[in-house]
Amino acid sequence: MSGKPAPLSPDSVPLSALRAGEVGIIAALSGGHNLRSRMLTLGLTPGAEVTVLQNYGRGPMIVRVRDARVALGRGEAEKVLVRRRAE
Amino acid sequence: MSVRTVPETVAPPVVGERPILVALAGQPNVGKSTLFNLLTGLHQHVGNWPGKTVERKEGHFTFNGASYRLVDLPGTYSLTANSPEELIAREFILRERPDVVVAVVDAATLERSLYLVAELLPLPAPVIVALNMMDVARQEGIQIEPEVLQAALGVPVVPMSATHGVGVPELLETVERMARGELPYTPRLPQIRPDHREVLETLEERIAGYVPEPYPREWVALKLLEGDTEVTQMMRAALPPERWEEVHAVLRAHDDAQVAVASGRYEWIGRMVRAAVTRPRLGQIGLTERLDRWATHPVWGLVILASILGLVFWLTYTVGAPLQGWLEKGIGALAEGVRGLLTGAPAWLSGLLADGVIGGAGAVLTFLPILVIFFAAMAFLEDVGYMARAAYVMDGLMHLIGLHGKSFLPLFLGFGCNVPAILGTRVIESRRARLLTILLAPLVPCTARMAVIVFLAPAFFGPAAPLVSWGLVLLSLGVLALTGIVLNRVLFRGRRSAFIMELPLYHLPNWRTIGLSVWQRSLSFVRKAGTVILAVSVVIWALSTLPGGSAGESYLVRLGKFLEPAGRLMGLDWRLTVALLSSFVAKENSIATLGVLFRAGEEGLAGMLAATYPPATALAFLVVQVLFIPCVATVAAIRQETASWRWTLFSVGLLLVISLLAGMVVFQVGAWVAKGV
Repeated sequence: MSGKPAPLSPDSVPLSALRAGEVGIIAALSGGHNLRSRMLTLGLTPGAEVTVLQNYGRGPMIVRVRDARVALGRGEAEKVLVRRRAE
Repeated sequence: MSVRTVPETVAPPVVGERPILVALAGQPNVGKSTLFNLLTGLHQHVGNWPGKTVERKEGHFTFNGASYRLVDLPGTYSLTANSPEELIAREFILRERPDVVVAVVDAATLERSLYLVAELLPLPAPVIVALNMMDVARQEGIQIEPEVLQAALGVPVVPMSATHGVGVPELLETVERMARGELPYTPRLPQIRPDHREVLETLEERIAGYVPEPYPREWVALKLLEGDTEVTQMMRAALPPERWEEVHAVLRAHDDAQVAVASGRYEWIGRMVRAAVTRPRLGQIGLTERLDRWATHPVWGLVILASILGLVFWLTYTVGAPLQGWLEKGIGALAEGVRGLLTGAPAWLSGLLADGVIGGAGAVLTFLPILVIFFAAMAFLEDVGYMARAAYVMDGLMHLIGLHGKSFLPLFLGFGCNVPAILGTRVIESRRARLLTILLAPLVPCTARMAVIVFLAPAFFGPAAPLVSWGLVLLSLGVLALTGIVLNRVLFRGRRSAFIMELPLYHLPNWRTIGLSVWQRSLSFVRKAGTVILAVSVVIWALSTLPGGSAGESYLVRLGKFLEPAGRLMGLDWRLTVALLSSFVAKENSIATLGVLFRAGEEGLAGMLAATYPPATALAFLVVQVLFIPCVATVAAIRQETASWRWTLFSVGLLLVISLLAGMVVFQVGAWVAKGV
């Protein structure tokens, strides 16, 4: 039930692939029930807009979602699928 | 269903009789503690929630002649059973039925902090929204109209700024009127996303008549859909098996409902804030984001962290150590005074009081200066919002030992003293990560152990002492890393809790919050750990003097001689074994004990030790000393924080095995090398 991969759509990428300054719209969440629950609670719901504040290509990253700054481990960020929003 | 009044079960409070029960709810970092401290001041009591290791704060105050009982619920982002904190918060509201729930929300992150309100409204207690940090929101360029928000929510909204004391009287007035039932209360409840409305109704229908008190049926149905483990277990037990199978089948068919429920709440929030919030910010970069370019940078972030921690140590040594020295002297003088007063009394009585009780209580007191400094540093870094950044920059390194960033600061505090390290693990939410951090913390060499090394290493190794000391610290940290990796594999099967956390806005420190935090933590340490330490000190004192009254033939010495065969494996004779045993009370005791056993002052002792023991023994002793069972204060802290004797004993046993094994290896290898030379 948990851990099943989020439906892949050709234009969605993991949040970890976005560079600092890029904006994405959340398409889907994968990962276990508890992780998803924590992400949803912090406002990472499908349709929400996320701005990447920091991503050095390795290690954890920082995003802004619903006016709050949220730090995610790389593994966690890979489980959030987003669609890039053109600037 | 979308309009609800205060449930009849909440009896209107009678002013002057039973105090009005107010629960304070809110997400982390919304200023809830500041408000709690403002309202209760020193009229607060800190304990633990029954059977849990979660801090429970309660206080009282009076307003307009009525008395209020204020319970600070744990800070949680939601009320889904993700953590013990969330469970505690919702069970309290469901079972204790507070007269009023004050939900503190952060105006600067309004949408996110209203999420908890979306979870609070369906519970059977009236909610007042305290719209805190209005000043911060304004600085961030966010304009909020409280009246518009109030009209949308259908519950009272009070704008305020707890840090500046603004809006507090208005909040209290609203609480008072709400408790008297004088305010209209027509909350608009969040709805699940339309595509799941039908399945929610089906569930409600299926469980009707089987929901145990005091849980509301709609709430239980929603929690089932969310996949809430506690509620699922409860309903599996409450429903007849065939009915449970039906419900279970519905839930299995909708295991994506979790997203629908949470999205439904955020859509509701969107509707609530749409008219109330205007945000003319146009790409302006706030102070927090500017500071974070440095504080969370992979290189500069580490440099800043190292500097801050260096400063904390500098403070400890320049302020804490002298204070500790004075306290020790004062306690020594007190003990002498007592001995002088009791010259006529039997020797055992003056010994018990002067060495056992005063010595033991003194050991507790001398911890205080260092503890206070560390508690203050922790509270300060937490309050200004830096703590989350430290966790963030250390996340990568902590991954290597199966932990994540949040475990770093508590472990680091261990260099000062293991006790605040263990008490500091409270910042870690996941029980698993917290337990692992508690088990690893005693492997960080504390100042007391370093003091022993700093005294003994030159005595044994002369000019090589700095190298030996440095090696011992590296050895501890290496053992810590290795133990972390192994424990994580064996005990927790490599599972790592997710690293996802909020980075709060930086803000100026609130001295009242910091001061009260230091006060409460120190008090709780003295109270809880103090009793254990005192008891153990008296027992060790008794063992070291009874039966004859002379240290040479005491039970402790007999025990040391009895254990000598085991000590021999590490090259230790009975005197070193006794020194090791006595370090259980306080690490620095080993030097004092050796002084007694060799009948020498500290100056003479160094030479006598060097003449008595070969290098292999000396090195083995230092290695065991660094890795040995933590001192009694640390053990007491472990017991307090794990709330389990099993884990406490596991920790003690683990360190015993590790230290003895390491000692044996070092001695045997050392002796073999020495033979070859």
